[in-house]
Amino acid sequence: MNPVWSDMLPLLLEGTKITVEVTVLSAVVSLVMAVVAGLCRVSSYALVRGIARVYVDFFRACSLLVLLFWIYFALPFVGIELPKMTAAVLAIGLNYGAYGSEIVRSAILAVPSGQREAALALNLTRTQRMWRVIIPQAVVRMLPPFGNLLIEQLKSTSLVYFITLTDLCYQATILRNNFYPWTPQIFGLLLVIYFILSACITVTIRLLERKYAAWR
Amino acid sequence: MWKWDYVYSLLPELMSAFRVTLTATLCGFLVASLLGLALAVAYRSRFAAVRMTVRSFVEFVRSTPLLVQVFFLYYSLPMLTPFSLSAFTTGVIGLGLHYSTYMSEVYRSGIDAVPRGQWEAASALNLTKAKTWLKVILPQAIPPVIPVMGNYLIVIFKETPILSAITLVELLLTAKNAASVSYRVFEPYTIVGVLFLLVSLVLSALVRAVETRLNGRFVQR
Repeated sequence: MNPVWSDMLPLLLEGTKITVEVTVLSAVVSLVMAVVAGLCRVSSYALVRGIARVYVDFFRACSLLVLLFWIYFALPFVGIELPKMTAAVLAIGLNYGAYGSEIVRSAILAVPSGQREAALALNLTRTQRMWRVIIPQAVVRMLPPFGNLLIEQLKSTSLVYFITLTDLCYQATILRNNFYPWTPQIFGLLLVIYFILSACITVTIRLLERKYAAWR
Repeated sequence: MWKWDYVYSLLPELMSAFRVTLTATLCGFLVASLLGLALAVAYRSRFAAVRMTVRSFVEFVRSTPLLVQVFFLYYSLPMLTPFSLSAFTTGVIGLGLHYSTYMSEVYRSGIDAVPRGQWEAASALNLTKAKTWLKVILPQAIPPVIPVMGNYLIVIFKETPILSAITLVELLLTAKNAASVSYRVFEPYTIVGVLFLLVSLVLSALVRAVETRLNGRFVQR
């Protein structure tokens, strides 16, 4: 081991913390948006469906980096100034919430209609049908695609580098300025760290899947 | 607040940058399509070692950010090898490599959907390996997955701004440069945002139209 690693690792650890923080916070935002928009997409009111549709189409068509730039650099011109972290979490969360809502919607639609009819025959209320019958079955179907989406989201947090939030990617570029001849190793290590973080997500989702699919 | 004459003065520059963005998108898509196909075919190899290599490559590339991959290619390759590539070439290779792994999954689903009987018929007819792929399998595997490939074209288009990090002067970097001259950020970034929205929405409408037409063709059989 070369002595430089002892200089590099603390900085990268710091960056990892920020990366994980952005990922977790934006995952919470996107999960909330996904569930709300996904449920709205299957609502019986056309207006609610329409609003959800506009949200999903808009954010899916957006380029995330451009959205991030717009929220962080352009919005202050109309008087809305957001801290870096908020801007990043908002941009990533809203963007991935739109993708997630499609997962929620398709999982709900994939629950066999017999289940819906059975719940109706048992005279359950609308809310009971949704929360007691449909959603518990839909959640199992949602887990694997949400795992993939979470990995995409983790990868997308590297874009916060552009608004100088000191995440992994940003720290690596600082390291590169200090230890220029080590550039390949620094970026190589960076790839490995992201790979490990992704693997953590994959493993967690597999465990959850095993737990929640036990009744099947 | 919103200055139209400033917008007009920006347009020519942004339009030529838009061309760079589009070229990078198309080239990246082309590389991703070809390499993705190669990966999908290699994944069907009878050598376990080849399958394992393809699988780990796909897993690794899919689990790491495009931005870091592009950094690695642009800044590390010239130090590790005697080659150094321009920002554009690096960008196209980066996009192509990254999305080839996604594209290989798309092809794979198409190939898996070809009935087993087709493979058996090809071997019964004593077709060579190349002929089996080119004349029997791929013509049936690719057309149904064209809409999904179209979706990845849109995804690649939306990812091109990342290449501004390696100094490729595409839309976003052009807007950034313009903003740093005029100190007016709102207009350039808004125009770029609107352009991306418009193109993605138009492209996705096109993909949907192709999908409906193809569905009509494949369901009827």
